Amino acid sequence: MAIEVQNVSKRFGTFTALDDVSVRVADGALTALLGPSGSGKSTLLRVIAGLEQPDSGSVHIGGQDMTCAPARSREVGFVFQHYAPFKHMTVAGNVGFGLKIRRRPKREIEQRVSELLALVRLDGLAGRYPSQLSGGQLQRMALARALAVQPNVLLLDEPFGALDVQVRAELREWLRRLHDEIHVTTIFVTHDQEEAMEVAGQIVVMNGGRVEQAGTSQELYEKPRNEFVMSFIGPVSRLGDAYLRPHDIQILSDADASSTEAMVRRIVRLGFEVRVELTLPDGREVWAQITRDTANELELSEGQILPVRLPAPRLFAA
Amino acid sequence: MSASGAGALALPRPAAPAPAAGALSNDRAGRRRRLAVRVLALGYLALLLAAPVVMIFYRTFEHGLAPVWDAITAPNFQHAFLLSLEVVAIAVPLNTAFGIGMALLLERGRSRWRGALGLIIDLPFAISPVVVGLALVLAYGRTGWFGDWLTEHGVQVIFSVPGIVIATAIVSLPFVARETIPVLREIGTDAEQAATTLGAGEWQTFWRVTLPAIRWGVVYGVVLTTARALGEFGAVSVISGRIEGQTQTLPLYVQDRFENFDLTGAYAAAVVLALLALATLVAMNLLTRRGRERGT
Repeated sequence: MAIEVQNVSKRFGTFTALDDVSVRVADGALTALLGPSGSGKSTLLRVIAGLEQPDSGSVHIGGQDMTCAPARSREVGFVFQHYAPFKHMTVAGNVGFGLKIRRRPKREIEQRVSELLALVRLDGLAGRYPSQLSGGQLQRMALARALAVQPNVLLLDEPFGALDVQVRAELREWLRRLHDEIHVTTIFVTHDQEEAMEVAGQIVVMNGGRVEQAGTSQELYEKPRNEFVMSFIGPVSRLGDAYLRPHDIQILSDADASSTEAMVRRIVRLGFEVRVELTLPDGREVWAQITRDTANELELSEGQILPVRLPAPRLFAA
Repeated sequence: MSASGAGALALPRPAAPAPAAGALSNDRAGRRRRLAVRVLALGYLALLLAAPVVMIFYRTFEHGLAPVWDAITAPNFQHAFLLSLEVVAIAVPLNTAFGIGMALLLERGRSRWRGALGLIIDLPFAISPVVVGLALVLAYGRTGWFGDWLTEHGVQVIFSVPGIVIATAIVSLPFVARETIPVLREIGTDAEQAATTLGAGEWQTFWRVTLPAIRWGVVYGVVLTTARALGEFGAVSVISGRIEGQTQTLPLYVQDRFENFDLTGAYAAAVVLALLALATLVAMNLLTRRGRERGT
């Protein structure tokens, strides 16, 4: 179901968590709320779920005004950052909780639980307790629990935040595919731009309680509305007040009319990617991102003076 | 830090507890120090707790089992024993329900009066039980605030079981709340909110999620409440009137036998009280251990 958040504001004491926020999420979309910590993204998610009441504004889910509806009647699946397992229940008990509350027949619950456990690849662990599961398994259990009640909307708060890098990458990929399979409107919160770009079809960039820009990852990358979005989505090299993408800075073997000279200050090799920190004749510093092959061809060394071509820098009105 | 300074600063630093402990165990002076601490702690316990308890047991069975049997088959003893159990059976559930409710109010509620409530709840710990008893007599006695109303409706509070129950409930009031509050704080609200988003109402969330999560705190509070309720003397002594065979609880009975030079009776009753307390502790231990084994 489509979600429409209109002009929502929320304050905690003197802190403004959400400042006149409006967001539209299409039915069946997979959307990321992206922003640094304290940007209001988790609060927005909790407002949609009904776990926080907005001070003003409205929340519509599937065209229905849900602003004042209690969380329990919103039919949203919510996956908490630290999974919020019911520690005294088995995995099966956790997953079947929502159905038990709805007084479904026992056989139906059992069948649905085993389907879901297969879906999240936890079959065989139904009798375990949460304390016996790994972080990634807990995460998938929490997801199965949220999906068991067939929610209209799935909301995930920093779903991969507490996992180690390898499990994270695996689960991201898996969430993407799961969404293709079940098509439930999904919003997840993240502070990791790579995660947002990899998983989500639409990204809402938030900062200081406001929405900076919303769009596909390509739109945000190519047409950032302001410097915050530009520097949050992808790497940035600053040149005074101007912003450059470091991979747009070319290092040339021969000087030409459009090039300028620069001195190689430092070379950082990160496998495939090589970062070259450069000092321009006027003393300003930028860094260029080139591939390992290019770096090898150019036979770069620190202290070397080379011709470089700078792209047209992007300037944002203050 | 200079090398000479390190020697002078031989205090254990909290930043590195593990190596410090390892170094201590290898260190002769450290080992002697730990031994001294242990002897001191155990000696203190023995002097304060073990010796008197052992003495009571010894004195009780000094002349064999027959006098003990006589003591515990005495009608007044049996009445006191049953009365104590009755009072515990009423006061402990009341205080458990109240304590859990209070803990929820203080930890999950949004009232501005939480601070004041938190203070009031500890009052029974601060006030002497005798004062509690006197205050109850003043409030519920014939000349007290509710005296007329109670007399009209034929309810006798002081010098009878309701008064004993009230006095016992008051002095053991804070335990369940005090044991439950930190657990509630520790578990946080995530699981409760998860239950809400899954469609559970407040009542369902409490029974299915909150209560199971705090149950060990509650159990511990119940055990302390039971122990305190069983042993209460001061407040009950004032409000009960200490009528033999009617309003005499087990601790009052012990005192009564002692004053009447029936030492075997006093010791036997004391042993029964101690065993009841011990049984409560053992029951709790077994319960918690079974819970811990399941890892919940």
